[in-house]
Amino acid sequence: MSYFRAHVLVCAGTPCMLKGAGAVKDALCREIERAGLQEEVRVVETGCLGPCDDGPVIVVYPEGVMYSKLKPEEMSRIVQQHLLKGRVVEDLVYRAEKEKAKPVVSLEEQGYLDRQYRIVLRNCGRIDPDSIEEYIANGGYEALGKALTTMTPEQVVATVKDSGLRGRGGAGFPTGLKWSFTAPIAADQKYIICNADEGEPGTFKDRLILEGDPHSIIEAMAIAGYAVGADQGIVYIRGEYHLSIERLQRAAARARELGLLGKDIFGTGFNFDLQIRTGAGAYVCGEETALIESLEGKRGEPRLKPPYPGVAGLWGKPTVVNNVETLANIPPIILKGAEWFRGIGTEKTPGTKVFTMLGDITNQGLIEVPMGITLREVIYGVGGGIPNGRGFKLAQTGGTSGGCLPKEFLDLPMDYDSLAEAGSALGSGALLVIDDSHCIVDVLRSFMKFFQHESCGQCTPCREGTARLYQLFSDLAAGKAGQDAVQLIKELCQTMQLSSLCGLGQSAPNGVVTALQYFEEEIQKHVAGECPAGVCRISMGSRAV
Amino acid sequence: MEMVKVTIDGREVQVPKNSTILAAARAAGIEVPTLCYNEDLDVKGMCRVCVVEVEGSRTLQTACSQPVSDGMVVHTNSPRVRQARRVNVELLLSNHPQDCLGCVRNQRCELQTLADQLGIRELRFPRQVKSEQKDISTPALVRDPSKCILCRRCVEVCHQVQGVGALYPVNRGFDTTIAPAGGVDLGDVACVQCGQCSLVCPVGAIYEQDHTERVWAALANPDKHVVVQTAPAIRVSIGEEMGLEPGEVTTGQLVAALRRLGFDRVFDTDFSADLTIIEEGHELLKRLENGETMPMITSCSPGWIKYIEHFYPDLLPHLSTCKSPQQMFGALAKTYYAEKAGIDPANIYVVSIMPCTAKKFECGRPEMIDSGYPDVDAVLTTRELGRMLRENGIKFSELPEEEYDAPLGISTGAGVIFGATGGVMEAALRTVYEVVTGETLPSLDFTAVRGLEGIKEAEVDLKGKKVKVAVTHGLGNARKLLDLIKAGKADYQFIEIMCCPGGCIGGGGQPIPTTKEIRQKRIDAIYRADAGMPLRKSHENPAVQTLYKEFLGEPLGEKSHELLHTQYTKREKYPEKAADM
Ligand SMILES: Cc1cc2nc3c(=O)[nH]c(=O)nc-3n(C[C@H](O)[C@H](O)[C@H](O)COP(=O)(O)O)c2cc1C
Ligand code: SF4
Ligand code: SF4
Ligand code: SF4
Ligand code: SF4
Ligand code: FES
Repeated sequence: MSYFRAHVLVCAGTPCMLKGAGAVKDALCREIERAGLQEEVRVVETGCLGPCDDGPVIVVYPEGVMYSKLKPEEMSRIVQQHLLKGRVVEDLVYRAEKEKAKPVVSLEEQGYLDRQYRIVLRNCGRIDPDSIEEYIANGGYEALGKALTTMTPEQVVATVKDSGLRGRGGAGFPTGLKWSFTAPIAADQKYIICNADEGEPGTFKDRLILEGDPHSIIEAMAIAGYAVGADQGIVYIRGEYHLSIERLQRAAARARELGLLGKDIFGTGFNFDLQIRTGAGAYVCGEETALIESLEGKRGEPRLKPPYPGVAGLWGKPTVVNNVETLANIPPIILKGAEWFRGIGTEKTPGTKVFTMLGDITNQGLIEVPMGITLREVIYGVGGGIPNGRGFKLAQTGGTSGGCLPKEFLDLPMDYDSLAEAGSALGSGALLVIDDSHCIVDVLRSFMKFFQHESCGQCTPCREGTARLYQLFSDLAAGKAGQDAVQLIKELCQTMQLSSLCGLGQSAPNGVVTALQYFEEEIQKHVAGECPAGVCRISMGSRAV
Repeated sequence: MEMVKVTIDGREVQVPKNSTILAAARAAGIEVPTLCYNEDLDVKGMCRVCVVEVEGSRTLQTACSQPVSDGMVVHTNSPRVRQARRVNVELLLSNHPQDCLGCVRNQRCELQTLADQLGIRELRFPRQVKSEQKDISTPALVRDPSKCILCRRCVEVCHQVQGVGALYPVNRGFDTTIAPAGGVDLGDVACVQCGQCSLVCPVGAIYEQDHTERVWAALANPDKHVVVQTAPAIRVSIGEEMGLEPGEVTTGQLVAALRRLGFDRVFDTDFSADLTIIEEGHELLKRLENGETMPMITSCSPGWIKYIEHFYPDLLPHLSTCKSPQQMFGALAKTYYAEKAGIDPANIYVVSIMPCTAKKFECGRPEMIDSGYPDVDAVLTTRELGRMLRENGIKFSELPEEEYDAPLGISTGAGVIFGATGGVMEAALRTVYEVVTGETLPSLDFTAVRGLEGIKEAEVDLKGKKVKVAVTHGLGNARKLLDLIKAGKADYQFIEIMCCPGGCIGGGGQPIPTTKEIRQKRIDAIYRADAGMPLRKSHENPAVQTLYKEFLGEPLGEKSHELLHTQYTKREKYPEKAADM
C-alpha cells in the first residue's frame, strides 16, 4: 500500500455538483499536478458531506479541515498554502452558524472546573452530536486519516502501546498489548467490539460519550480495525440507551455517506463497517465473553478462558473487545502521540478517568480528571464534599465489585495499581461515597443482594456463594448470625475470589473483604446483636430469603 | 506430538502440549477430585471443585479445563486449594435436600461420594434448599430439580450428542435450574425419552420412572402368569449392576437370576430380534423390487422413532413398518404363546428387561395393543433389575448358568448383536444375502458396520445387485444422515439408526457409569456372545421357523401385518403447550 501524505475529500453530493463541485475538483487536480504533489496528495470523491447550502465543500486530511463555498479559482490558494506549506486557509474554512458564535477551542484550553481535564469528554456538550461536520471541524476523523495514510498498522499498535492506555471497562488491561495479541493472527475474519453494555448501577459515562460524541467511537473503532486487521465492528449497547443507539446509528450512516466507513476508506483500500446490537440488560453481559455469547444468540454466560477473545472470540474469530471510554481515548492519542498522553495522569496509569460520583456527595454526576487524583480531591474538591453535615465513612471505588475504603485512604491516588493494592479497584469509575449514618452490614447486604441477583448462575462459588453471603449478612443485620459467621464469610469470600469462573464472582466479595479488614469491629458487634450505627434494628423484620 | 514438562505436587511429567492439568495429574498418578467433568462431554468447568494452584497465577485454575504449559508448576492440595474445594462442595450441599436414604442414587451418587471423600461431616453454611416440584410428566423419566447440582451434563448430552435440545438452563443466579424452555414439563416438549441425560447425571436429579413395584406386585399375584423378555444388551451389562467388571457376558446368570425372582417363563428378546430380521429383510427386498421409498430405515429404537416423528415427520415413509423386537415379543406372548400354552392372555403379564428408558414410552403408545391387551405390561431398565436382584439378595456372580425357556427364548447370534450399533444391519445382511443369493455366506462378520465411529458405511454385493448401507447411532449423528436424505443426497438402500451412542449397550437405562470406554467393552462382549452361539443367522432360528409354520404363515403375511407391523405419528417440533408460553 502506498502512503499519501494528504487526502482531499471532494463532496460529490448532488447539491455540491449543481453548485460546481465538478469544476472545483478539476481545478484542484490541475493545481496539485502543477505543484508536483500528485504522488503525495490524493483526491477522493465522497458522498454528501452535509453542509449543502455551503457547497461546494472539500475536506483536507490528515488535519480534517473543511472548506466551503468554493470556487475553482480558489484551489490554487488551497494547494499552495495548505497542501504545500501546511497553513490552513482561514477565510475559506467552513463555519456552521453555531460555530461562528463559538470558536473552536483546542483541547489544551478546555480545563474548566479546577481539576477537570477533558480528553474523552472533549466534544460532549460542545458539538452537535448529530453533525459530522462539527465533529470534523473539531479535528474529527483526522486521527483516522492520519493512521490510514501515514502509519502502518504496527505503528498504530505501537503508539497505543507506548501511550500506556489501559482499558477503562474494568480490568485495566493495557490496550495496546491487547491489540498486539490480535494483530499478528492470520484469520479470514476479525472483529472489533465496542462494549457499551454499561451495567454498573449508577454509572452512565459510556452513555454520555455515545450520546455526546458518537463519531469519536466510530472513528476509534475504525482505527482499531486498521490496527489489528479487522473490517467489522460491533457496538454492543444497552437496550435502554435509546438515544445513544439512535445517535450512533445516525452517526454511522453519515460516516458511511462520507466514505469514512465502508469500502476503501480514504482510498487506502482499508474497509471497515460497523453494526449496532442491543444487549439484553443483564449486568454479566458486560463481561466480554458473556457479551460474545449473547451476540451469538446464546444465553449471556461467560466462557471459560482460555481461549481469550483476542484469539478466539465472536464466532471463534479473533476479537478485540474495548470499552467506550477506552476507545474515546484513541483518536487523541493517534493525533497527539503517545508522549502527550503519557504527560497526563500518573506514570503507570497515564491519561484521565471519568468518574461517576454517587451516594452521599454534594455534586453527583460525571467528572473527567487526570489519573492519580486523590479521593480527597475528588470528594471534597470537584464533588463538593458530603452533604447534611455528615462525616465520611467510606468510599467504594470501581463500582459494586470495588472495595470499601475508610478515611485512612482519602489521600490514596486513584489509579489501577494503588487501588488494587488497597483491595479495591478503579473499575468502571463508579465512586460511591457513604457517610457515617450508614451501617457497614446494611451496606454490604445491599451489595450482596445485587450480586445474588446478577450472578449468571453458572458456577458454584458465585451462584451459591452470593446467595449465602446475602443470607449471612441478612442474618447479621437481624441479629441472628451464628458465632462462626465471620469465619464463614471469610472462607466464602476467599473461595469466590479464587475459584469463580469469571470476574463477577471473583470480584463480588471485594467490598466484604475490605470491610472485614477496615470495619471488622462493627461487623463483629452484629454477631453480638448490636448495630453501632443504629440502622440494623430497622431491618430486623426484613430478613430476606 | 509436542510434549511439555509439568511439575505436579513435586512430580515431573511429560505430557502432550494441549493436555489439561487434569490429564497431566493423572499421568503423574495424582487424582484431582472433579464433579461436573465428564470425560465424554465438552468441558464446562462449572462446579469449580477441581481447582488447583498454578504457580504465578492469581486465582486457582480448574484442572479439568486449563491447558498445561511448559514448565508449569501445579499444587493440587495447598491450603487454598483444599479450602476452595471444600467450600464449593459445602455450598452445593447447603442447597441440597439431605435425602440420601430416600434417593434413587444413594451409594451411587457422585456428590455423595465426593462429600465423603473430602471428609465433609458438617453443614456449616446456612441452608436454603430450592423446593422444586418433581416433573413426572413423561412415561420414562422423572426430573427432580431440587437435587440438581447444575453440572449441565444433561444439557450437553441432550443438545450435542442427541441434537434434541429438550433441556436448558433457565433463570439466573440462585434461581438457575435445568428445565425445558418456557417453563413447561418435559412431557410438553420434543424430548425423545432416550434417558441419556439420566445416564450422565451425577446425582438423583434425572432418573427412570420406576416399574419395580408393579413387577413385584405381578410376581406376587397367583393369578398372573408372568413372563419376562431380556433385551440383547442386558446380558453384557447387568453384571456391572451386580458388581462385576464391564464387558462380561452373563447370559446364564441373568436367566437364573430372573427365575429366582419368580418369573414363570424367562424368554429372550433375541427371539423376536430374529423375527424382526425376517420381516424387515423381506420388507427391504419388497421395497427394492417395487421401487418403493428408499432408503429404508430401521425402526427398532423407540427414542429414534420419537425423534423422527418430531423432527423429520416428512421422512416417516422411510421407516420400516416393523415393530421393535420388544413389541413383537409382547404381541406374540399374548397370542401365539398364550394359545400354545393354553393360558388366557388376560392373565399373562409381560415384563421387558430393557437397556432403554424410551421402551417405557414405547410400550404405552396407544397403538401397541394388537394382541387385544397392552402387548407389554412393564419395562424394567437394567438399573431397575439390578435393584430388584439386590433387594432379593441374589448373589449374581455365584449363580449357576441356566437356559432360556422355549419357544420364545430360542435365538441366534444375529439376535444378540442387535444390542450393539451395526448389529441390526449385520444380522439383516446375514439373512438377506442368503435369501437373495441362495448361497451360504463365506464370512458372517461384517466388521465395517461395527464399532463406535459415528457414521459407518458398507456395500454388499447380492449376486450382482449392489446394496449400499449406512449405520449410525446417537441422534446427533442421525441428523446428518437425515439431512442427506432430505437433500436427496443419500444413495443408500438401507440405514440402521439407533438412538443411543453405541446402540442399546449404551442405552439410557444402562448401568451408571456408561462411558465410551465401557460402551466399547460391552460391544466386545456382544460380539463374543455372538461368536459363541451355535446358530448365528436369524433365518436358521428353529423357533422362528416353527412360528411361521404354526401361526404366522409367511413373512409380511396377514397375521404379521396385524401383530408385527405398525404405523407412526407426525409430531410437532415445538409441541403446542411449549409454543404457547
Ligand atoms: C461482571 C462483569 C461486567 C462487566 N461489565 C462491563 C461493562 O459494562 N462495560 C465494559 O466496558 N466492560 C465490562 N466488563 C469488562 C469486560 O469484560 C472487558 O474487560 C472490557 O470490556 C474490555 O475493555 P477494556 O480493555 O477497554 O476495558 C465487565 C466485566 C465483568 C467481569
Ligand atoms: S462467577 Fe458468577 S457470573 Fe461469572 S460465571 Fe460464575 S456464576 Fe456466572
Ligand atoms: S443426589 Fe446424592 S447426595 Fe443428593 S440425596 Fe441423592 S444420594 Fe444424596
Ligand atoms: S431423555 Fe433424551 S431427549 Fe429427553 S431430555 Fe434426556 S437426553 Fe434429552
Ligand atoms: S439434572 Fe443432573 S446432569 Fe443435569 S445439570 Fe442437574 S445434576 Fe447435572
Ligand atoms: S470438574 Fe472442573 S470445574 Fe467441575
